[in-house]
Amino acid sequence: MRVYADQAATTKISSRSLQAMMDCCKEHPGNPSSLHEAGRDAEAVLEKARSEIAAMLHAKPAEIYFTSGGSEADNWAITQAAALGTKKGKKHLISTAFEHHAVLHTLEALQKQGFEVTLLPVHEDGLVRPDELEAAIREDTALVSVMYVNNEVGTVAPIAQIGEICRRKGVLFHTDAVQAAGHLPIDVEAGKIDMLSLAAHKFHGPRGVGALYVRKGIPIGNLIYGGGQERGKRAGTENVPGIVGMAEALRESLEDRAQKNARVLQMREKLADAILQIPKTRLNGDRKNRIAGNLNFCFEGIEGESLLLYLDLQGICASSGSACTSGSLDPSHVLLALGLPAEVAHGSLRLSLDETNTEEEVDYMIEKLPAVVERLRAMSPIWHDGRD
Amino acid sequence: MAMTYSEKVRDHFANPRNVGTIEDANGVGEVGNAVCGDIMKMYLKINDDGIIEDVKFNTFGCGAAIATSSMATEMIKGKSIEEAAQLTNKAVVEALDGLPPVKVHCSVLAEEAVQAALEDYRRRKAQTEDKAGAEEKK
Repeated sequence: MRVYADQAATTKISSRSLQAMMDCCKEHPGNPSSLHEAGRDAEAVLEKARSEIAAMLHAKPAEIYFTSGGSEADNWAITQAAALGTKKGKKHLISTAFEHHAVLHTLEALQKQGFEVTLLPVHEDGLVRPDELEAAIREDTALVSVMYVNNEVGTVAPIAQIGEICRRKGVLFHTDAVQAAGHLPIDVEAGKIDMLSLAAHKFHGPRGVGALYVRKGIPIGNLIYGGGQERGKRAGTENVPGIVGMAEALRESLEDRAQKNARVLQMREKLADAILQIPKTRLNGDRKNRIAGNLNFCFEGIEGESLLLYLDLQGICASSGSACTSGSLDPSHVLLALGLPAEVAHGSLRLSLDETNTEEEVDYMIEKLPAVVERLRAMSPIWHDGRD
Repeated sequence: MAMTYSEKVRDHFANPRNVGTIEDANGVGEVGNAVCGDIMKMYLKINDDGIIEDVKFNTFGCGAAIATSSMATEMIKGKSIEEAAQLTNKAVVEALDGLPPVKVHCSVLAEEAVQAALEDYRRRKAQTEDKAGAEEKK
């Protein structure tokens, strides 16, 4: 049996999204910037997708900019917020210690350019405290960037409360919603969100396409110079099939979302209960306040990569954290931000499910995982030490 | 970016050779630390002729750490102390058909674990000989 339990890394493109992309390639092959009929046809398809995506986020079409994915959207939002801040003499940026590296590394680059960065603690439960955020905001704060759903532990930030504070204090609020879009209903109006990043491949759309929402009235600068695409802000012929595929995938993901989440949650809780029976195992992040499909464990005495490789041998695709950092030797910065000691953080496992997983797959993981943990512990010198 | 392990590395972490401990080992070495994510413990049973009769290991670490430990034990089993002392991390890497650059440190750890176990054997031997010498004098 093969089980794909790494939905947070990427999801398989849905049949509907793929069909929409293929239809777009075949039937609307024009360049949306061309004046002729073929061009106008492609532009109509592009703008329809923009309107649909905007509507699903409770935004306006002119507030949506298409990008190559979540990382590009994050980079763009943060560097532009910093540039806007500079104009007003604001050189302070606030984020959290467990953001995705697309945010953290952008902030590091800005720090080198003279910006001051405050990273809020996320505590053992993986949640930002609104009062701590409010206390961190200064006169010269240019931006608050807090991820909607954490990619490793799945915890859901109190977005509406954060948005309310930022709006009241007159500070731009960006959220990396890459792990939230398609899984939770998003409302940029209700959440008082100024900028929001999303990526299609996290909700069964194609890889290599995403979007940045920028609230009307925020004068963001260019990401790419060239032609007039994306209202002149991001030049280059649009990835029309990808964008159309993203719109279809988002629509499909949000259909019957509550029922889907209820089913995913049921599978997740069954899996969590079974895995937590393994001795010296902990669940990282708040158990309730997290996205339906996410589980993140630490197993004392074993290391994450060998655990993944052994699970892979059993046909189970999982992750020890973010796929983006799998080549790194350092323990997860997310788990360190949750206060875990490095030696424990090395033994992490993320299992991420969604509505395409089945009960049988969950049962298979429950059957295989304990034996894999036991086998690795049997060859671990520190597990022997732990038993003494 | 995903890392690719060679077939040999995959074989050695999937089916590691010489896993375990030796109750009456006369050379034990442990290197690495949990904070960095790798610990290797090597057990040697060396006979009176200075031949490594048996070797076992316990490793906490990634796939490469398990594979390099396994390969190192295979390379020194049945060898003399002198031969085992010549083991280098480079030889372990070559025997495994290469390692991704970020994982080369695992082979260094494997070499160090073998050397630490040999060092422990030498130390124990010197102690026993000192003791024997002291008793003879009495």
